[in-house]
Amino acid sequence: MGPEEHAQRAIEAVVRDSYGRLVSFLAARSRDVASAEDALGEAFVAALRAWPRDGVPDRPEAWLLKAARHRLIDHVRHDRVRADGAVTLRLAAERAEEAAMRTDFPDDRLKLLFVCAHPAIDPDAHTPLMLQTVLGLDAARIARAFLVTPATMSQRLVRAKVKIRDAGIDFAVPGPGELAPRLEAVLEAVYAAYGTSWDDVAGADAKLRGLADEALWLARVLVRLLPEEPEARGLLALMLHCESRRPARRAPDGAYVPLSEQDVTRWSRPLIQEAEQELTAAAAHGAMGRFQLEAAIQSVHAQRAVTGRTEWEAIALFYEALVRRAPTLGALVGRAAALGHARGAAAGLAALEQIAPGPVASYQPYWAVRAHLFHELGNDGAADEAYARAIGLSDDPDVRAFLLRRRTAG
Amino acid sequence: MQYTMLIYETEADFNARTSEEQAKYWGAWKTYHQALVQAGVIAGGNALQPPATGTTVRMGGGKRHVQDGPYADTKEQLGGFILLDVPSLDAALDWAARCPAAVTGAVEVRPIRTM
Repeated sequence: MGPEEHAQRAIEAVVRDSYGRLVSFLAARSRDVASAEDALGEAFVAALRAWPRDGVPDRPEAWLLKAARHRLIDHVRHDRVRADGAVTLRLAAERAEEAAMRTDFPDDRLKLLFVCAHPAIDPDAHTPLMLQTVLGLDAARIARAFLVTPATMSQRLVRAKVKIRDAGIDFAVPGPGELAPRLEAVLEAVYAAYGTSWDDVAGADAKLRGLADEALWLARVLVRLLPEEPEARGLLALMLHCESRRPARRAPDGAYVPLSEQDVTRWSRPLIQEAEQELTAAAAHGAMGRFQLEAAIQSVHAQRAVTGRTEWEAIALFYEALVRRAPTLGALVGRAAALGHARGAAAGLAALEQIAPGPVASYQPYWAVRAHLFHELGNDGAADEAYARAIGLSDDPDVRAFLLRRRTAG
Repeated sequence: MQYTMLIYETEADFNARTSEEQAKYWGAWKTYHQALVQAGVIAGGNALQPPATGTTVRMGGGKRHVQDGPYADTKEQLGGFILLDVPSLDAALDWAARCPAAVTGAVEVRPIRTM
């Protein structure tokens, strides 16, 4: 990366930070997310044009608001917002400009995040809403990551914003009684943003690769805004661990490399270190949760870079705790795989057999683990059958190629 | 903002209104109503007679089609409505969660459209 590109990145970071803060500030006062976004969109573009030339202003928010103000007033004048909305929106703009001149410009992004993942909002819209309102991503880009058409995604986003405005959803951080379940929805949505890039094992699609950075950004914002919430740190640690291995997930020839065969020298040490710091800080609160457990599992894997071996017994124990908390299909299959490593293939298969047969029919990891375990036991017929199922269910050509190689090698 | 709570009740709920459980049923509603009044958030509402007393009308081809019974043949039926005046959906949802019918049936919260 050249110095110019560095400068560009730095500016993008400031713009992105300011954009989310301003949308949040305006929306928290008007409940009208769409109008706030619309007004700030052009300011955002103007900043990307002007700042590389003139430098980042001392008060980016004030600069952006000034650029957005005309549009906001236009919006109100042309009656594109409902009468009651117009007043609040104009008021919000004025207040925002005053506030932006001060150093303690309020950060309402946390409120906006909780609105995006509100139970009254369609769950399919949670993650896209966050990406759009807090980070300013356009609907087409989000649509690509979620494998739907841009029109479908736009519609979903518009509908959600209309619901926020017309149903009068509160822009507030939930009280102590409600915080835990509501925070879980927020964390889920951030993790889903990361998942859109992670499923794409190949990482060949640069557009999908992009969302990993966005998700990490959101997770960091959350940790900054909720430093006392161990699960927020747990999520960040989990994502950092996964991210540290991205360079090792493909061989130099582009082939898919499973975790157990990855070259640990290609793992990113700084990311692992940061993940460990977050996990340690989270553990200090003494309140275990789903994301901390998942991060702990990845932490054990990461130790292979130092010790040269994987403590499968420890991993199996963490999965045990995870399954007790939330017996998701992913956790159940992960537990079976860990048991297979720790206590032998028969133990792993026994755990697999306990999983209800219905949902596994189309769950690729189940069949991949099953194939591996049968292969270990020397039951080539059953292994072959499971490999065929796993291959048929893979949507990634590199994973498919990897499994095909495994199958013929067996 | 004003919201309506559309209160959907089960057949058992409707039966409880007149059975030996009526003291329990109406007791729960009475305390709930008192709480709404004391909080100053209720702006209107009423209980409805059971769905069997409903009559549904449609106009088709210039003719009036009148049918015995409620509009939708669902497990839970509209049993009443309450008009709330609260600051946000979240506040309305808090009141919906306290509604006796939320345990046995369902409560739909809808903002009132201001004309």
